[in-house]
Amino acid sequence: MKPETEAEFAELVAGLTEPVRVQGGGTRGISGPETALVTTGLTGVTLYEPGALTLVARAGTPLAEVEAALDAEGQRLAFEPMDHRGLLGTGGEPTMGGVVAANVSGPRRVQAGACRDFALGVRFVDGRGQVLKNGGRVMKNVTGYDLVKLMVGSWGTLGVLTEVSLKVLPKAETSETISVQVPDTGAAIRALSAGLGSPYEVTGAAYDPESGRALLRIEGFEDSVAYRADRLSSLVGAFGEASREGPAPELWTAIRDVEVFHDRQGDVWRISVKPSDAPEVAARAEADGLLFDWGGGLIWVLVPEGTDLRARLGDFSGHATLVRASKATFEALGRLQPEPAAVSALSKGLRQKFDPRGIFNPGLMG
Amino acid sequence: MEMPKPNPGVMSRKAMLLERLRSVLPDDAIIHEEVETRAYECDALTAYKCPPMLVVLPSSTQEVSDVLRICQEEGVPVVPRGSGTSLAGGALPTADCVILGVARMNEVLETDYDNRFIRVQSGRTNLSVTGAVEEEDFFFAPDPSSQLACAIAGNIAMNSGGAHCLKYGVTTNNLLGVTMVLMDGTVIELGGAHLDAGGLDLLGVICGSEGQLGVVTEATLRILRKPEGARPVLMGFDDNAVAGECVSDIIKSGILPVAIEFMDRLCIEACENFAHAGYPNCEALLIVEVEGSEAEIESQLEKIIEIAKRHNPVELRESQSAEESAKIWLGRKSAFGAMGQINDYMCLDGTIPVSELPMVLRRIGELSKEFGLPVGNVFHAGDGNMHPLILFDANKPGDLEKCEAFGAEILKLCVDAGGCLTGEHGVGIEKRDLMTYQYSPEDLEAQMAVKDVFDPAWLLNPAKVFPLPVSESRRAARVAAQ
Repeated sequence: MKPETEAEFAELVAGLTEPVRVQGGGTRGISGPETALVTTGLTGVTLYEPGALTLVARAGTPLAEVEAALDAEGQRLAFEPMDHRGLLGTGGEPTMGGVVAANVSGPRRVQAGACRDFALGVRFVDGRGQVLKNGGRVMKNVTGYDLVKLMVGSWGTLGVLTEVSLKVLPKAETSETISVQVPDTGAAIRALSAGLGSPYEVTGAAYDPESGRALLRIEGFEDSVAYRADRLSSLVGAFGEASREGPAPELWTAIRDVEVFHDRQGDVWRISVKPSDAPEVAARAEADGLLFDWGGGLIWVLVPEGTDLRARLGDFSGHATLVRASKATFEALGRLQPEPAAVSALSKGLRQKFDPRGIFNPGLMG
Repeated sequence: MEMPKPNPGVMSRKAMLLERLRSVLPDDAIIHEEVETRAYECDALTAYKCPPMLVVLPSSTQEVSDVLRICQEEGVPVVPRGSGTSLAGGALPTADCVILGVARMNEVLETDYDNRFIRVQSGRTNLSVTGAVEEEDFFFAPDPSSQLACAIAGNIAMNSGGAHCLKYGVTTNNLLGVTMVLMDGTVIELGGAHLDAGGLDLLGVICGSEGQLGVVTEATLRILRKPEGARPVLMGFDDNAVAGECVSDIIKSGILPVAIEFMDRLCIEACENFAHAGYPNCEALLIVEVEGSEAEIESQLEKIIEIAKRHNPVELRESQSAEESAKIWLGRKSAFGAMGQINDYMCLDGTIPVSELPMVLRRIGELSKEFGLPVGNVFHAGDGNMHPLILFDANKPGDLEKCEAFGAEILKLCVDAGGCLTGEHGVGIEKRDLMTYQYSPEDLEAQMAVKDVFDPAWLLNPAKVFPLPVSESRRAARVAAQ
């Protein structure tokens, strides 16, 4: 089912008699009911004001189209959304609505914020077939409850997004990547923390244990980047030999999309933790492969198929999400970290309100 | 501004409620004498006053939990209160309510520079959060003008902003986690020192919910390393529209100043008389601040000044010293106080798309003539958050009503221009009845459904945010259930 207007979506949803899989470009590896309700018929950037740093797009608009429009004005989506296709082996075109529904961010999340921090407004069709809106197209808006945050990362379980409004930012004139050869994970995280805690505005902080390199990125105007690169190099030089990699966008794309796991067998998990907990949590994972982003706050983990990673991790502060696995493993372990009972009751209560018939991606979020 | 009639049944049980609260709180944490509860009769929206039935000042999450559980069992409405600096009446009591103030919970619980966060009790003031980390050159970014007094609890409830959020975002972008008590006394933890939600982003919903979903007792806040330096430049223009174009051109150039503040003639004059910052005599003033090392500041200001020159400024002045910078900001941050010296004023808070600035300012000028009340404009131009200040005389019969009607027209204008009713102050009671202008009945129903989940009995701050007729059936159901 691929309606082409919001009104058609509303009518179609109101008439649904069985659950559907809510889908944008289908690149994020979501399984669910056979019938897909697809947003890719609903396309187009409806408003773009570079001087106000605002862009509004219909949910099915290809991400590439949005990024091209921004690029033409020297702007970008600052949260650097990841492309899941290589990691999950999926095809299709990522859509703007899909990025928002899954709160997809990338390395710059650690400094600039996540997709949720840049989402200004949403329009969506709830489980009754009502067209609803929240937020708007201005950067500061506290008019009523922030249902925008609720919708971002709700994976279509509360409603089908039809339009999203985003804050955008200027592209950096240039960037510089500094790599530090470190002896172990502990030293890597300390180096990244030192960079992130410096005044030099680090916009990427990652560590690949296989190469033993911690990477830090700074961006901005050329003279400013040159100055900060010098200062940052000498700061992180205390943790290992530091060298300049140049702008190196390919290094950051590789981290963003977790390229190290693309051609390797096994299940993939992502763990969100307090950065200084990362070495300990990563050790407990007994992983076949690891990649650290967000200064250690995000750990990508490769484990043998079917591994119950949460059992290995035990109690920890944060959450572990299963990203790539067989259908059976997803069913056995669940995609998302189980929530404490009182929190889970609230989430369930909200799903019940927004999708009383349980027709959108049932079971995906519990 | 109408408030619901107090429930006589609840008020008749005051003695019993007092006794139950005494079983969970020390005596000095309960205020029940009428002469003392009067201190809590209003917040910074002083036009509206009503002493509460009781005031409690708990010292711990456990005490908050006990109080809420008892109030839920007794069917008593609870109005949470931070420092009472709300400009929207967010902490305005009703005669049958318990005010739950968090002011005694003001400790720093944990400071972690490696992971760049601080955990505090929610009664701690905004500025003292930065105060706790500035020795290590860190700061908490949201900086509302009331930051000396306002509490983190209120910042979270209203999703407060400030002058510097063009670069650093508002409270929701700097809030990592909370400990929160639900109306039935259940204590929950959302978020923490890690990033993003594992499931639905409930933390994002809590922030800005105006104390209607729960009482936040502890907060984990993101702290940032201070930039090496910062410096403002002043620009004067003889036309508001030209100043607006200049803002747009600066943003389009790829520079992201940390703040772009705008003042019109009335505000410029009032602030200059108040702070003697050397503001120029002109129609529109911009304060643009950039950050970084000395060389970075120089190079950014050079680009900004080049853009400004294309718009024929009547004045263009870089701050020459830290003292001068402080004066420039003192003038801006005293804008409300300075205007208050001229007359009583009502401060509005609508946001508009920056591109609509000239149209909106022109229309406000026309409305000012129609209503016969002067209005000064001071606002965060980079993000379109306006603060028109309407001057009126509270002692003159009919002036307040005229001022409110004028304010409503301005806020509708903001919505018509593609913006919203409130950018950082919150809805409270002030903008409650205009919500139907921005949102459809279904949109409001969806928001109220969220409150149904968190507070099914509608006891937490029940008469705020939603127009009274819209929320009436839910509030009435609670009264009927008693």
